[in-house]
Amino acid sequence: MKKVMSMLLAAALCAGVFAGCSGTDTASSAADAASQADASQADASQADSSEGEEGGAVNTELSGTVSTNGSTSMEEVMQGLIEYFNEEYPNITVTYDPTGSGTGIEQATAGSCDIGLSSRALKDEEKEAGLTETVVAKDGIAIVVNTENAVSELTVDQITKIATGEITNWSEVGGADEEIAFIGREAGSGTRGAFEELTGTEDACSYAQELTSTGAVRTAVSTTPGAIGYISLSSLDDSVKAIAVKVDDASEAVKCTEETVLDGSYAIQRPFVFATKSDAELSEAAQAFYDFATSEDAAQIYIDAGVVPASESAE
Amino acid sequence: MKRFSEGNGQGGMELPRTKGIRAAFEKGMNILFFLCGAVAVLFVLFISIYLIISGLPAIREIGLFPFLFGQEWASTASEPKFGILPFILTSIYGTAGAIVIGVPVGFMTAVFLAKIAGPKVASAIRAAVELLSSIPSVVYGLIGMTILVPAIRSAFHLASGATLLAAIVVLAVMVLPYIISVSETALTAVPKEYEEASLALGATEIETYFRVSVPAASSGIAAAVVLGIGRAIGEAMAVMMVAGNVANMPSLLESVRFLTTAVASEMSYSSGLQRQALFSIALVLFLFIMLINAALALLLKKGKKD
Repeated sequence: MKKVMSMLLAAALCAGVFAGCSGTDTASSAADAASQADASQADASQADSSEGEEGGAVNTELSGTVSTNGSTSMEEVMQGLIEYFNEEYPNITVTYDPTGSGTGIEQATAGSCDIGLSSRALKDEEKEAGLTETVVAKDGIAIVVNTENAVSELTVDQITKIATGEITNWSEVGGADEEIAFIGREAGSGTRGAFEELTGTEDACSYAQELTSTGAVRTAVSTTPGAIGYISLSSLDDSVKAIAVKVDDASEAVKCTEETVLDGSYAIQRPFVFATKSDAELSEAAQAFYDFATSEDAAQIYIDAGVVPASESAE
Repeated sequence: MKRFSEGNGQGGMELPRTKGIRAAFEKGMNILFFLCGAVAVLFVLFISIYLIISGLPAIREIGLFPFLFGQEWASTASEPKFGILPFILTSIYGTAGAIVIGVPVGFMTAVFLAKIAGPKVASAIRAAVELLSSIPSVVYGLIGMTILVPAIRSAFHLASGATLLAAIVVLAVMVLPYIISVSETALTAVPKEYEEASLALGATEIETYFRVSVPAASSGIAAAVVLGIGRAIGEAMAVMMVAGNVANMPSLLESVRFLTTAVASEMSYSSGLQRQALFSIALVLFLFIMLINAALALLLKKGKKD
């Protein structure tokens, strides 16, 4: 009897799954057909340019290739930008080579890519070499501790020493006598790369835990009294306490918020930069991509990627 | 008679056809069964070949000796180091620890279930054990993370409770149901006559179980242990949530990274040699599992001979 029941149940489940499948199948094939129809319409309108733009925001007249090259940290941002950009300009191909900020800047200077991507501000000599810097977004990294921790301010130097294991007890930085557990992300994570780069602790951090997601870091910090960790600003919430960071002993402590990241007063942050040649105009396609990336419509893409869009600061 | 001959006549006409269809059907089904069987073999072959092909390049580039016996893993450093000895040792220590805790408890439970417990108690415990084996590993990890890790932190006055010890405890609980059910099966299979003879000769019940039943079931119990080892060494999810995942050389109260978690934790953002090295770690893990499976097959074969 039990067996019969379980077989019936299994059969019902299977039926459900298959029904679901066929449902989506027809839906997607319908969508396919629709998009094919769209495409043929688009073709038609392209062949006969007098028809003008029927597809609303979709611009099929501009075509070409935009090459971008540089920062690996900007991968998530670029993927988002390219995806949404292609919805508006389906005939423009945007390529992205994650080679590193240095290479991106070099390539942009040499003119071998349209837009160089850098996750640090351009140096003066790079600007003198003929590059214009456009900050499209800012990446702020919040330093978080357990909500029960009495410490609420740290200098960048203290954070560096905690990360490298030079400071191991909260009493050394004005807190209770509690051992510090430094919790971070796994090797290869963008947040870890940014934190180590900004605090100058590349390859020198001594972690108590290396977790594979921002959420896991937040949870571990919220359940471990002596913990300190770093998470991207966008995933900050009430379960942990964000540390106000001082550049040095004399300066004022600044909380990590969108405003302080944008106005540059929060120390542990970096800009995401589009580097373009000052003396040459961008191609029409590249200009379209540049305009799209700096428009307010793109703000949500940056927010989704966990960074603060720079276009908000204009207001 | 007439009917028979009629039938026979008709049958004589039709028999070759039905026979042909039936034979074809039989043959068809045979091929179908064979294909289904071949699927499993194909997958194993495919995975083995894929792992070897994608795991070897990094080993060739890093060198077998520095890879297996290097004590430092810093895959994204400016001068990357790819030594997986910490992972290998952690996996071995972690598994050994889980077995040291899990086997005595599991073995005693099995003896209790097979020989001592009354039918009602036994069926209640058996149901609990079955349930234990069907709990997803992420649930073990979650409970370990929220209860065990903080408990270890405060018990040993550590900064962080995510340690090898936490992983060992979680793994011990996870291997328990496998050890219990396989050992119990082996103990139940011991012929009644052995035990009756022992009892008749004046041995007590406990003496009988440990001097007669357990030795008679020894190869089955050994198989249970090996199965537990295989389960523990291959576990990734639960361990990742409680062990802290720092590539330290193993030590009971420090954060450690297992072979499985080394692959799982870095895979998502890896590239180049780092990614290839992760495949090489998977290859090493695969070889470990193969060895354990071979040992298991050997034990079971020996058990059948006995």
